[in-house]
Amino acid sequence: MSVSEPAIDVRGLRKAYGDFEAVRGIDFQVRRGEVFGLLGPNGAGKTTTVEILEGYRERTSGEVSVLGFDPGRRPREFRARVGIVLQSTGLYRHIRVREALLHFGSMYPHPRDVDEVIALVGLEGKEDTMARTLSGGQRRRLDLALALVGDPELVFLDEPTTGFDPAARRTAWDTIRSLRDLGKTVLLTTHYLDEAQAIADRVAIIQDGRIVIEGAPSELGSGAGAPRYRVAYRNGTGTEVERETDDPTTLLHELTGAALARGERLDGLSVTRPTLEDVYLELTGGETDETPAPAPAPTPAPTDAPTEEVLPLAGGQRRRRR
Amino acid sequence: MTDVAVLAWRQYRLERRLFWRNPSAAFFNFLLPLLFLAFFGAAFHSDHKELRIIVPGIAAMAVMSTTFTALAYNMTFLREQGVLKRIRGTPMPGISYLLGVAGNAITNTTLQIVIITTAGRVFFGTGWPREWAELAVFVIVGVVCFASLGVAFSHVIPNFDSAPAYINAVFFPVVAVSGVFFDSAHSPGFMKGIAQALPLYHLIAGLSAAMVKGTSLSSNLDALGVIAAWSVLGIVFAVRGFSWDQRRA
Repeated sequence: MSVSEPAIDVRGLRKAYGDFEAVRGIDFQVRRGEVFGLLGPNGAGKTTTVEILEGYRERTSGEVSVLGFDPGRRPREFRARVGIVLQSTGLYRHIRVREALLHFGSMYPHPRDVDEVIALVGLEGKEDTMARTLSGGQRRRLDLALALVGDPELVFLDEPTTGFDPAARRTAWDTIRSLRDLGKTVLLTTHYLDEAQAIADRVAIIQDGRIVIEGAPSELGSGAGAPRYRVAYRNGTGTEVERETDDPTTLLHELTGAALARGERLDGLSVTRPTLEDVYLELTGGETDETPAPAPAPTPAPTDAPTEEVLPLAGGQRRRRR
Repeated sequence: MTDVAVLAWRQYRLERRLFWRNPSAAFFNFLLPLLFLAFFGAAFHSDHKELRIIVPGIAAMAVMSTTFTALAYNMTFLREQGVLKRIRGTPMPGISYLLGVAGNAITNTTLQIVIITTAGRVFFGTGWPREWAELAVFVIVGVVCFASLGVAFSHVIPNFDSAPAYINAVFFPVVAVSGVFFDSAHSPGFMKGIAQALPLYHLIAGLSAAMVKGTSLSSNLDALGVIAAWSVLGIVFAVRGFSWDQRRA
């Protein structure tokens, strides 16, 4: 296949389980070397889609090409060129980290150096540890290592950081970014909005088996119809005010001018652009996932009045997650 | 093709290592038939006729426990844990995996047969097997039969928690009815009818012929035929029903 051909090409993909249609005709392309995020609430059809692309499930209809192969046929060469991190998979009870990597590596035609892979996922010092005695986060890193040991061109990551603490998530993000630096293509599913925003080059939001919007995370936030900027502050009586505008310069000029004239401060003044989360909430009917977000943005009570920092224009989170 | 064999060998080596890494499980795996032998050996120590029934009976039970029971357990566990699904995502051919796993079970069977035969010779005076070739034939056919039935049966077991109940519900009645601990010639007609339809009865007959009676293979072809028929059934269901993934509850 040529380099310009997409790594993944999905057209009109459908998957029905009896009467229930989990995937209802989706199209998307993943370019070589990019990190593509499939984002959506639980039950939206993310895992079904990814497992069809991995060769685990058969599609009901539609065209699917992964690295030029039909994953439904699961040819061995296809399996040799993809790496898979499933949502939850166990391992043998009495296998050691290095041993597992050597064993799984031996299944591939051109395995990577085991020590390199261990370093890449940050499991140094754990080489001789039994897999079952690793912590949850370390086991997830071993999952990633096992997916990378065959030196795949394309890596599937199904909710790679679910259950991680915030620090572990940041580390995992760095690892995923380093995959892109290695030239790998990554297809990632997540229900964490900040995760998609932080590491994906492009994102598709999937809801009820359909893709509702697709694009770069920064573009999605300023898509057609959405106001471009949101200005928030507390007025002289301490009431929170939020205003939306396409022209923040003029609005800020008016606001600050009026406040100075009255001798007031605009406590908590901030200018933010709609985040992926805003778009997501709007498109999915205001339902975020029930999974608690790792770092909820605190909303101060109107009565206390510490001066808030004025946020930079891009990407501030301002809606409290449920 | 060589690649398939090499990967099967690697999988076999890994299974062996993992087996010994759980020493208590390995220990009891080999101890159980010896305990039975010691128990019945003590009970019948003067009764040479009974011992001649018990030793091949326990050998046949060992074949069943190291293949049928072990594989039904392991496959249920590995499927539930997602290990099978993980392996399916790699380029390893499915046949290499199954050969490696079956090879592991067969090694355990062989070790047990050696232990039981030696113990029978050394402690109970049952003598060395009369027909070595016949013994080998029956062990091999028995292993293929019970290994495939074990994998097939794992498809019936809904989850690992219920595995002991399902497996014991098959293992103990079959062992009891097939005459592991007594000469089934003395059992009532209906029980004998059930036993004769099952493979374990015929495996005991074959092992008994090879180990103590010394009757030739050609006079035990009917027993071989029944075990072979069950093997075909087992292989068909093992392969057709094989599921790499835990079915959704």
